[in-house]
Amino acid sequence: MSVALAAVLCAGLAGCSATGGKRAEEARTAQTAGGKAAVNTPKWTFAMVTHSGDGDTFWDIVQNGAKQAAVKDNINFLYGHDEEGQRQSQLVQSYIDQKVDGLIVSLAKPSAMKDVVEKAEKAGIPVITVNSGAAQSKAFGALTHIGQDETVAGEAVGDELNKRGRKKALCVLHEQGNVGHEQRCDGAKKTFKGDLQKLYVDGTNMPDVQSSIESKLQADPSIDAVVTLGAPFAATAVKAKEQAASKAEIDTFDLNAQVATGLKNGSLGFAVDQQPYLQGYEAVDLLWLYKYNSDVLGGGKPVLTGPQVITKKDAAALQDFTQRGTR
Amino acid sequence: MTTTVKAPAADERLLHRSLARRLMGRPELGSVVGAVAVFLFFAITAEPFLRVSSLSTVLYASSTIGIMAVPVALLMIGGEFDLSAGVMVISSALISSMFSYQMTANTWVGVGVSLLVTLAFGALNGVLLTRTKLPSFIITLGTFFMLTGLNLGFTKLIDGTVSTKSIADMEGFDSARTVFASHLTLGSADIQITIVWWLALVAVATWILLRTRVGNWIFAVGGNADAARAVGVPVTKTKIGLYMGVAFAAWISGQHLLFSYDAIQSGDGVGNEFLYIIAAAVGGCLMTGGFGSAIGAAVGAFIFGMTSKGIVYAQWNPDWYKFFLGAMLLLATLLNAWVRKRAEDKS
Repeated sequence: MSVALAAVLCAGLAGCSATGGKRAEEARTAQTAGGKAAVNTPKWTFAMVTHSGDGDTFWDIVQNGAKQAAVKDNINFLYGHDEEGQRQSQLVQSYIDQKVDGLIVSLAKPSAMKDVVEKAEKAGIPVITVNSGAAQSKAFGALTHIGQDETVAGEAVGDELNKRGRKKALCVLHEQGNVGHEQRCDGAKKTFKGDLQKLYVDGTNMPDVQSSIESKLQADPSIDAVVTLGAPFAATAVKAKEQAASKAEIDTFDLNAQVATGLKNGSLGFAVDQQPYLQGYEAVDLLWLYKYNSDVLGGGKPVLTGPQVITKKDAAALQDFTQRGTR
Repeated sequence: MTTTVKAPAADERLLHRSLARRLMGRPELGSVVGAVAVFLFFAITAEPFLRVSSLSTVLYASSTIGIMAVPVALLMIGGEFDLSAGVMVISSALISSMFSYQMTANTWVGVGVSLLVTLAFGALNGVLLTRTKLPSFIITLGTFFMLTGLNLGFTKLIDGTVSTKSIADMEGFDSARTVFASHLTLGSADIQITIVWWLALVAVATWILLRTRVGNWIFAVGGNADAARAVGVPVTKTKIGLYMGVAFAAWISGQHLLFSYDAIQSGDGVGNEFLYIIAAAVGGCLMTGGFGSAIGAAVGAFIFGMTSKGIVYAQWNPDWYKFFLGAMLLLATLLNAWVRKRAEDKS
């Protein structure tokens, strides 16, 4: 129906594209998991509150994972987010007031979230922390933590850079003051045998990201590797490298469709994925397991979802999954 | 010794002033001095700054702000603000991308639709402003939030994710990329097309401001809207036109983003409106309206571009980046104000 409508509209406008676009996507017919509950437990309500900003691709994948697990587990899933610590804790408070059956929170700003997580415990609401806050999760009384240890992920990058014989690397931080980002770069610095420098860029302003990386590469032509901390910035780094006529290899944390394509065509070296889909999916599923069976995973230690180092050979298989928004 | 006979006092408006005097009276004079100072500073402290390739990078960074700073400067001369300018750029890019993708249309169709819708957003700002008589700060703050929400909401609703899908394999993409996001090589210099767009906009805006009736209207509505209306200036039309000018530049910037980076993230653009206002203000536009120039705004954007990239070329400790940026901008603006004050005292 919608295809026909689009075709009619398109013909009417006399400007169709024979390549790409929605029709190409529909022709691909990405297979996503079905939408029916697999269990008949009561319809519990779980809420997830993250420190994501508006329109963050990473958290979108986390949400996709959580939603799919929610469907399977017969869960009513709610989602809220705010990048500012205080407002994030207020959101959590509002879900406690609504007496939800389970909470999933990220602890990017642990001190701002401490009180409210403890309040949830007191109110008898089980809490699972995801993504950031591995160190604080247990102390605050959460059941378990699901995420990637940022330092470990950084170390994986350092090792991979060594393996590739890199001597001088640039770590591009797109959010100044983000603790997790600093940990990634510091982790890479720890294991990397060469020299690693940091560069701060304005993540909401792509031309700024590009020109800043360009200037850095021009200022220091001996840089032979650039590591971006988010998938959308990898393609931009590739452009910057071309403009600066640099030989540096571009590597990145996280994955998206563009990164998968870049890995496949060789413009990117490798990507370190923390599998955000798993963070959302497992969080909901583990909450369900706890409600249903009092199961707890991890034994007080964080459950790691990464780092998974992805290179050219994995890229082709992951390309379809990135396009449907689950990798 | 003969006694000098004083010429009868001529009408001061008809006095012929020397070239130096006229230059001193230009609004961009101070900012040019500031720009020269910033340039010399980095030429001395940052070794790679003077390379041709570095200068083209700096110019690119300046142009992406400069394209928007031109109409924002005109708007400020006209006495108004636009806080929605930053996200409007993203809206414009999202519209062309999603329209082309969803309709599987030639990308030029999306680009055209985006132009119309973006201009409509601009007109809406202007109409709301002139109809409600609320301050532009409030009106555009409202549209800023609305556009931010629409960007995210529509992208999620239509594409299912928060960033748009790639349109790089669609028809018309390559020619559109040539127009909005290509780069030309001149000798050893690599010139991004945005620099050409930027200079063209500055030239057109300067011509409008200094050579046309509309230019007089803009200065008049910014100086005193009631007085302007009393002498027959179409205040409403002028203001709506100014907002549509901002929308037009937002469209160019948005198309640049789209064809440069292929996929657009719906949450981007927030905060960039301040960069445009900063560029215009550093370039000598008064925050209260009635005074300023398009060339000044371009120089302001250039100062910002030089400062933000110069710090990287100088390889200073990145932890202090924002501090250096703020301090340099403040110094450049202070120098600007000081030079202008001296110029005004003399003339």
